[in-house]
Amino acid sequence: MRLFFASCATFLLAAAIGLGATWLTLSRGVAFGALTIGAWTAWPKNGSVDIDPYARANIARNGELPIGTGDGVAFYAHTDDAGDPLDGRCGFRISGMTPPARYWTLTLYDPQGRLVPNTIDRHGFTSAEIIRDADGRFAVNVAPQARPGNWLPTGGIEQFVLVFRLYDTPIGVAIRTTKEGPMPQVVRKGCS
Amino acid sequence: MIRLLLWLLGAVLLGGIVHLSTVLALPRAATLDAYSRLTPLAPVNTMVMLPAPTAQAAVMPFMDPAFAAAVCRYDLRQGALKLNAPVSQAYTSMTFYTRDSIAYYAINDRAAGRRAIELDLMTPEQHAQMPEQEDVTAADRLIIESPTRTGLILLRALAPEPGLMPMARQALAGAHCRTEAEPQ
Repeated sequence: MRLFFASCATFLLAAAIGLGATWLTLSRGVAFGALTIGAWTAWPKNGSVDIDPYARANIARNGELPIGTGDGVAFYAHTDDAGDPLDGRCGFRISGMTPPARYWTLTLYDPQGRLVPNTIDRHGFTSAEIIRDADGRFAVNVAPQARPGNWLPTGGIEQFVLVFRLYDTPIGVAIRTTKEGPMPQVVRKGCS
Repeated sequence: MIRLLLWLLGAVLLGGIVHLSTVLALPRAATLDAYSRLTPLAPVNTMVMLPAPTAQAAVMPFMDPAFAAAVCRYDLRQGALKLNAPVSQAYTSMTFYTRDSIAYYAINDRAAGRRAIELDLMTPEQHAQMPEQEDVTAADRLIIESPTRTGLILLRALAPEPGLMPMARQALAGAHCRTEAEPQ
């Protein structure tokens, strides 16, 4: 009888541990092979058959199609350079260098990957349309209220995600170091 | 005391097995994965234009709004698939996914090196059955082997600025995917 109860307790505990760990890893988005440059993180292997089981489970659960390795690579930022969360009620400045790529796009989403409604229907910029200064440098102002220059509206949401996608690029394929792949800085510029 | 520790150790080991098997089984059990989301929109072996993602509605999360996209949901049971996509002025790419959303091949317009991306998609068995001389005449066509019988082909064209979106969609409208007639 004691054996029976002990096995039941063990099985229950095992189920709790196993399912709990699965739930935790999926809700946190655990994946291996991350390439982190500044505030930005990419998982280049997610676009190939070498994708790890955790990333596979995540993709199956949220329904996205990862960008293929021969196509490009996607960098995600959930915080700024100082590690503070990207709060849509604050202003952020994204500026500096970009890694070699034929095109890049910068897009703002909510944490679930939906575009954020705003008055000017602007959800991101491409490298072709962005306004640059005389040196070829650019700055994007991510803010809830209108800003001069390249304004990317946050819609005032509590938390947003920035995705920087590089198309036709050696990043993630041949280049895996920070020096060769400079990514733009993300700096907070005060909150309203 | 030792007995209790042994039971606990057993629970942890068993928990590990439960964890790994649920993670591995999840892609098969998922009902909201990309393939399931696209099934009502895309008839099999036909290139279908996807609606542009907006704040109100999007077919999939994390779609790049700077791109026009079309999808071909394929099934190679009836034979190999022929793909033909004219490239747009800016940037065009074609990515191949298995039924479980694994990207197994991707090509862009520069790698294709022509005015159009043209290729044949088939299972390894269909590739092996191809007559040899046909292989020679088809040498200028790229042949891709699909690891699964069903899957998705995502064709995307960049609109470098919002005003060029009609141009990008126009380029994708000329794309086709269709099964070859079964060889006799």
